Amino acid sequence: MIVPFSNVLVVAGILFALGVFCTVARRNLIMIVLGIEIMLNAASIVFVGAALHLDSLDGQTFVLFILAVAATEVSVGLAIIVYAFRRTGSFDPANFNLLR
Amino acid sequence: MTLYGILFYLISAAVIAATAMAITRKNLVHAVVYLIISFFGTAMLFYLFGAPLLAALEVIIYAGAIMVLFLFVVMMLRAESSHESVFPPIQWLPAAFFCLIYVLVATAMSVRTPGMNVPLKMLTASPRQFAVYVFEYHWFSIEVVSILLLLALIGALNLGAGKDAGSDGEPTDYNTDPAGEPPAAAGSGQPGRRSNRHGVEDEK
Repeated sequence: MIVPFSNVLVVAGILFALGVFCTVARRNLIMIVLGIEIMLNAASIVFVGAALHLDSLDGQTFVLFILAVAATEVSVGLAIIVYAFRRTGSFDPANFNLLR
Repeated sequence: MTLYGILFYLISAAVIAATAMAITRKNLVHAVVYLIISFFGTAMLFYLFGAPLLAALEVIIYAGAIMVLFLFVVMMLRAESSHESVFPPIQWLPAAFFCLIYVLVATAMSVRTPGMNVPLKMLTASPRQFAVYVFEYHWFSIEVVSILLLLALIGALNLGAGKDAGSDGEPTDYNTDPAGEPPAAAGSGQPGRRSNRHGVEDEK
């Protein structure tokens, strides 16, 4: 017997809110991508907890896919950040207005 | 409360505290290291929920590969001491207020919903059971995800290859350094970083 599923939801919700705050409030591209990682991580916690709650392995399978998507997103996102840093010499999203 | 319940609350508190430290750090290296601690805690949560294979994958992929990729980029681009412009509180306080409302409402909803207060059972899906399940019912999704990973590899290589030679007056030796990919970046070294720093500063 562990804990009720609602406590798992609350913990993951707090983590997700922290990720949203990091994504929205920080003005640094690397911190924005880190915030997206935190949100994906919170979603993974909910999926694993729900797999235990519903006694089904589908939740754990989806965490496998979340891992793959997170790796994809980070590699492409960091490549884009490096490219943008070469063009502008800054990590501030406000400086990426070359198209204007 | 059983031992596992105490463990859950301890690990959850550690994870939330490490994440809160991570998202408030000015120094990006410190933020990444705090986030590694957070991902280790998440792996322990996965193990507690009966997913040992996913716990291992979380440590290997998230705390290992992804965070090391972040560390590479932060250290190579000297992003750790960047002067970051912060929003004034009059802008982010309303957003934080709405976030707080949503967290409170979601907490109340998930606690008060019937059926949510039954404690979870201790079950463990062994890696063999999990793998058999995945490849029996979700084999097509695995193929799709592998194609996605291949596309990400091609895209990251294409972006990191540096085809903007001469467009910004950069030194040419910098363009041999594919900074987006850690294996190539670890191998090739950075002979042109100092001159590139100057080139970037001149451009700005």
